[in-house]
Amino acid sequence: MSELIAFQEPDRAVIQRRPAIISDLANLLPEGCLITEERELVPFDTDAFVSYRRMPLAVVLPETTAQVAAVLKYCNDNAIPVIPRGAGTSLSGGAIPQEDAVVIGVSKMNRILEVDFPNRAAIVQAGVTNISISQAVDADGFFYAPDPSSQLACTIGGNIGMNSGGAHCLKYGVTTNNLMGVKMVMFDGSIVEIGGKALDAAGYDLLGLICGSEGQLGIVTEATVRLIAKPEGARPVLFGFESSVSAGACVTDIIGSGIIPVAIEFMDKPAIEICEAFAQAGYPMDVEALLIVEVEGSDAEMDAMLERIIEIARKHGVKTIKESQSATEAALIWKGRKSAFGATGRIADYICMDGTVPLGQLSHVLEKTSEIIDHYGLRVANVFHAGDGNMHPLILFDANDPEESLKAEMAGNDILKLCVDAGGCLTGEHGVGIEKRDLMRHQYTDADLAQQMRVRAAFDPKWILNPSKVFPLEGRNGSQPGIQSELDAGKTAA
Amino acid sequence: MSAVDIQYPETEDEVARLVTEAKASNSSIEVRGGGTRLGLGRPSQSASALSVARLSGITNYDPSELVMAALAGTPLAEIEAALAVNNQMLTFEPMDHRPLLGASGEPTIGGVFAANASGPRRISAGAARDNLLGVRFVNGSGEIVKSGGRVMKNVTGLDLVKLMAGSWGTLGIMSEVTFKVLPRPETAVTIVVSGLNDAEAAEAMAAALAMSVEVSGAAHLPESVIHKFAGGSLKGGPATVLRLEGLKPSVEVRSERLLAEMSRRGTVSVLDGQTSQDLWREIRDVIPFADGTMKPVWKVSVAPSAGHQLVAALRLKTGVDAFYDWQGGLVWLRMEADPEADLVRQYIKAVGGGHATLIRADAATRASVPVFEPQPKPLEALSRRIKDQFDPAGLLNPGRMTAGM
Repeated sequence: MSELIAFQEPDRAVIQRRPAIISDLANLLPEGCLITEERELVPFDTDAFVSYRRMPLAVVLPETTAQVAAVLKYCNDNAIPVIPRGAGTSLSGGAIPQEDAVVIGVSKMNRILEVDFPNRAAIVQAGVTNISISQAVDADGFFYAPDPSSQLACTIGGNIGMNSGGAHCLKYGVTTNNLMGVKMVMFDGSIVEIGGKALDAAGYDLLGLICGSEGQLGIVTEATVRLIAKPEGARPVLFGFESSVSAGACVTDIIGSGIIPVAIEFMDKPAIEICEAFAQAGYPMDVEALLIVEVEGSDAEMDAMLERIIEIARKHGVKTIKESQSATEAALIWKGRKSAFGATGRIADYICMDGTVPLGQLSHVLEKTSEIIDHYGLRVANVFHAGDGNMHPLILFDANDPEESLKAEMAGNDILKLCVDAGGCLTGEHGVGIEKRDLMRHQYTDADLAQQMRVRAAFDPKWILNPSKVFPLEGRNGSQPGIQSELDAGKTAA
Repeated sequence: MSAVDIQYPETEDEVARLVTEAKASNSSIEVRGGGTRLGLGRPSQSASALSVARLSGITNYDPSELVMAALAGTPLAEIEAALAVNNQMLTFEPMDHRPLLGASGEPTIGGVFAANASGPRRISAGAARDNLLGVRFVNGSGEIVKSGGRVMKNVTGLDLVKLMAGSWGTLGIMSEVTFKVLPRPETAVTIVVSGLNDAEAAEAMAAALAMSVEVSGAAHLPESVIHKFAGGSLKGGPATVLRLEGLKPSVEVRSERLLAEMSRRGTVSVLDGQTSQDLWREIRDVIPFADGTMKPVWKVSVAPSAGHQLVAALRLKTGVDAFYDWQGGLVWLRMEADPEADLVRQYIKAVGGGHATLIRADAATRASVPVFEPQPKPLEALSRRIKDQFDPAGLLNPGRMTAGM
């Protein structure tokens, strides 16, 4: 099958040196941290963007920051590409390797190093899963706010790479708003610490730049994250509508009225059917669109907020309103929503788009999306974070049908262009990866991209870190002569 | 501040042209908005200045989208007025530096973001940088560049938006900014806990932030400064103040719970309405130290539980007055005489790390003392490489943040 997305031509010279590279890596790492057998490499040949696969040269799973530094320095010295990897749950191919690359996985670095309640911070290793932070502080009444659907598996390192969001970021923000500091290994093996428990570190906002940089600027090995006091209670309410348009308009009105619920999630009929079949969450089946609106606080607060939201929903002709009556029901409602991708995967292959649009454009983009899908003769299920305009059309197709696969990718590209043209962006929380790399020019001018690539080169002069991602392969700035010699000069000076 | 020649471009293209010309003649540019923060940072080393004050006007605002875009020179007052009409606000409460610095002029929205100026709500709503969604700017090569956009969630490429926030005009001249706005809370009240010393106050604030009552401001005003706030109406010794905001019924419930907890720690009282609002503005703008002098004032950021330790240690060595915001993690220090930069920075390290910015000092001091916290060598080298990638000839605000950069 021909692939729509191109990979960089692997460096044959690196591949030929594989035996020597493997033996060098073995010297840098303790027993059990190096994977080179083909069958053991297979789990690393893709991530959650499964249409594309490449076998890496080797996989290393270091146990310490110092080991990450040793491997990265070695790879930089020898011009070997490096693919940083968390749990491999990227939906955009951010962790897909290449034949001439060493994968550096942080999965063994999975300890919570410190929990500091008075300063509302936790210091964790990069391989800690997202959910385990909240679990560790739950008994003390705290949580870590960003909650991507993959939170059971995905790592905080990966979250930082993709600036992950989740359903509850309408109120609490995404990873970048909850990240206080990192320890990071630079391309040359030097280890830097940025930020920490003190807010707003001095100088340029390197932390803000690193968050969402998709593993191109360094490898984060530790993070200081914000802990927030858990709300007293939370209550998701289901609102069923006769049309996606009314549901979309209701979202805009809720936000515009001055109420910010903790989450507003949207599902269209196909998504409702898929999720209900999987989770038996009690979603209404006789509606065209569903909103899950979650409010939180004490009972009195939630009542006050819901009263206003219900009033707005009535104005938009809401057909069904269903409040969760117990913690179990509330959990089921979220289980249905958070398993949307998995549940979809049981009935068809799918690709998940991640464009974000201004709230006022929601209805327009939903309509145009279904036109695009019809045009290609495909099916779509829409399930997304409506409160912040972050859309997730799941395009359903049969991966065994090459023509349909290609159509799905083309439909996806059309939808993302639609999002950009509506004043939005290609990706809200999944990252560019390889998936959206070649669409970057639709959102950015050459000057915009060149500026980003120059910044990238300031961190990674040889472009060894996750080199095939984010920036279109054509017209790259390339490695910048001068930077390396300045670095060397800087070292001597230091 | 000795720049003689100020240019006022009226379009982004004109900004680009002026930068290109400056590059051709290798002459550096002092970048400014309304000029209210010119006294902050190392003194300008440029012969000519470029003001964005005439790039002015709100360019996109749909209240129901919670987003506004404005040209960089738009007066902050104009933006706040437009938001107020729709019962909205800038949630990060940008500090007005004029009272403290004794400056005049009109703060601009570009200046707010260039300085990453955030106020008391920083601890709950994020900094200016967290609310900036998109920028357009002219880099040091005269190229027009955009980053980010007008949506809340965006991970499309490198986040240059964050980099521009707090870069003090050294990476590019911002021409337009797009930022998040939020509904104004229906009600706000301030719980005052009186009589706590600095250490007790730190514990009380940590306890308040650990409760599920959504504190949106937590400051401690020691005895020495208390008479400067709320028209001298705060009685009963030092005041630890905690702000609650939101829907009325919700604030009522949360106030009760917070009062119950805090009454075990000190004497409690409640401020509301204008009094509460004025108090937080005074904290935001560091009013106790807006004394018409040039006594050095530091803004120190440390872990919240370390703030009072820092102040206690400094008091043994030098004359210093202090109060706390951000749950105790933001320490405002007014030095009696010398800025004592080495001492302040050495003690910050000793209490666990953080950073100090010399917000106010005379020009001679600012030229000789690092105004911004010096970075460790590898990070400083990295910052220099980044600067080079935006402004290879070093034309934009040279030396404003770091000597020789």
